[in-house]
Amino acid sequence: MQDRVVLGHTPQEVDARINRELLTNVLYTERRYWIIVGFLALVVALAGGAVGYMVNKGIGVSGLHRPVFWGFMITNFVFWVGISHAGVMLSAILRLSQAEWRRPATRAAEIVTVFALMTAILFPIIHSGRPWRTMYWAFPYDFARGIFPNVRSPLVWDPTAITTYLTSSIMFVLVALIPDFAVARDRTKGVAKAIYSVLAMGWRGTPRQWRLQIVAGFLLSALILPVFVSVHSIVSWDFGIAQSVEGWHSTVFAPYFVIGAVHSGVSAVVTVMIILRWLFHWENYITKDTIDSLGRLLIVVATAWFFFFFIEILYSIYTLEDAELGLRKMQFFEAPYSWLFLTFILTGYFIPVPLWLFKNVRRSFKWMFITTILVNIGMWIERFLIIVPGLARKQGLTFSWSTYHPSVIEILLVIGSFAFVSMNILLISKVIPLIPIYDIKEGEILKDEIKIGKVTVPAAKREE
Amino acid sequence: MAKKQVLGVFKTADNAVMAVDRLHESGFTNRDWQVLTGSPYPEGAFGEWMPKHRLYAFPFFGAIVGFTVAILVTAGTSVANPLVTGGKPIIAIPAMAVIVYEGTMLGAILMTIIGVIFESRLPRPVMGLYDTRITEGYIGIDLNCPDDRVNTAEMVMRQSGAVDVKHQK
Repeated sequence: MQDRVVLGHTPQEVDARINRELLTNVLYTERRYWIIVGFLALVVALAGGAVGYMVNKGIGVSGLHRPVFWGFMITNFVFWVGISHAGVMLSAILRLSQAEWRRPATRAAEIVTVFALMTAILFPIIHSGRPWRTMYWAFPYDFARGIFPNVRSPLVWDPTAITTYLTSSIMFVLVALIPDFAVARDRTKGVAKAIYSVLAMGWRGTPRQWRLQIVAGFLLSALILPVFVSVHSIVSWDFGIAQSVEGWHSTVFAPYFVIGAVHSGVSAVVTVMIILRWLFHWENYITKDTIDSLGRLLIVVATAWFFFFFIEILYSIYTLEDAELGLRKMQFFEAPYSWLFLTFILTGYFIPVPLWLFKNVRRSFKWMFITTILVNIGMWIERFLIIVPGLARKQGLTFSWSTYHPSVIEILLVIGSFAFVSMNILLISKVIPLIPIYDIKEGEILKDEIKIGKVTVPAAKREE
Repeated sequence: MAKKQVLGVFKTADNAVMAVDRLHESGFTNRDWQVLTGSPYPEGAFGEWMPKHRLYAFPFFGAIVGFTVAILVTAGTSVANPLVTGGKPIIAIPAMAVIVYEGTMLGAILMTIIGVIFESRLPRPVMGLYDTRITEGYIGIDLNCPDDRVNTAEMVMRQSGAVDVKHQK
């Protein structure tokens, strides 16, 4: 039986309570919020210091050396691009399918997308060692020498795709925020009111404005979905198009990366929602039903991802090429890669998915929190195992083989990236409601109960 | 004759619908008023007039612009710096297709956003008559009314259960 949210009796009581509870994070701040933000800011500052040190001393302070020139930073880039896919994908698919349980999940998912993507885009720039020089490679701007970016290179496709996705995601979030800015405008005073008035752009809530909001939700969802698929496909082509690295040159990489991104991203959204529920007391909105539905979705996504993982391995072994077999042998059986592989496969699939089959686990915030964190540990390692072992065996001659040991700088950058995303989500939660207020109110209007035989079951009228 | 805005604030949708019906009986048409709500109601819930929008045209226009700009940027930069790499042609269509695709989608999405704002008649620098209770579950009927009928409109709204009626001075 669905656990119904009892928010009030009259429409005014319901709306007042929704406004109060969902604007809590915007209007009031608990002390623990600032403690958490302060701690995260400290970690981000440390990572910033690490970047400054690397820029000053050169890329030699990282663990990158011949032949492994892509390490933690590029792994982290691929990981965060993956995380970013959950958000808008989840939001778009749930909007298009009019899934009723989407309402509390969409905005948090979209915000995760935006900040994950912003973090991802930083890493190739930092990785270059001389961040300002990336301008030469990515933007069609002639820096006096008449040399333009090579549009035939996947390294130019990446910034194009990511910029498109980031711009679209930010716009998608902002358009859906206009009615909620109006709610904040009507509940604040002074400078805050002036700022929210500008952001709300004079929103009044006419039927035409609501109609366009709903149509825009569908239209933008339909437009963003193909972009979302293209972005991680293009990231996968950074590897798939390179013919000289064993383990990279695979035709299945695009769908494998996309579905892997959805797996890690949806898991991250669940983790974030559980943290927000705890931090802002959103027990009435992020319910057991919400995470139960996300858990069911995760079972399907994880299994689809595992299928692609399996065929990627199968195809590579089936060729019986010595170099490819040697690489797989190293990944599966030689330490430390073998331990990483075991951890990845257990945490990425074999621990969480069987657990999600149990309803009690799917409806437990504690278990869903633990299992979704496990998935992302596994998926981070997966990206590492795709990138590094192939490069370690890139050269044909064995004396050129080497391995990779990350430096403290790189470890700090990875930790800092997690702190950066978390800090930004918390900071933005001071400005915007992370659960769409109007969407929740619409759900209350459309919510109903129907009597079937001797039982009364919850129902929802579908919006047009 | 000069017109004034009259805003009735109602507690329930039923009261608002009653007010609308009585306004029609008093000679107002559904083009004279609009409903203000704090959340979306099913279309036609208040018998409101809904002029057609052209939002669907915006992404098409944006896609065409994005496609054209992307073609010009990719082909233009390739021709400007005709460096052969990997034996591939200077204008390599499969490679350009990726950037052109992203440019097309970006154009379509940006124009959709502009379309939503334009068709929603935003930004609206002057709010006009408004009540902050609307975002708290109350329903507003915003009536555009001739000067000499303001009192009639106010009376109709109060008789229909309006908790408050405001009008321009």
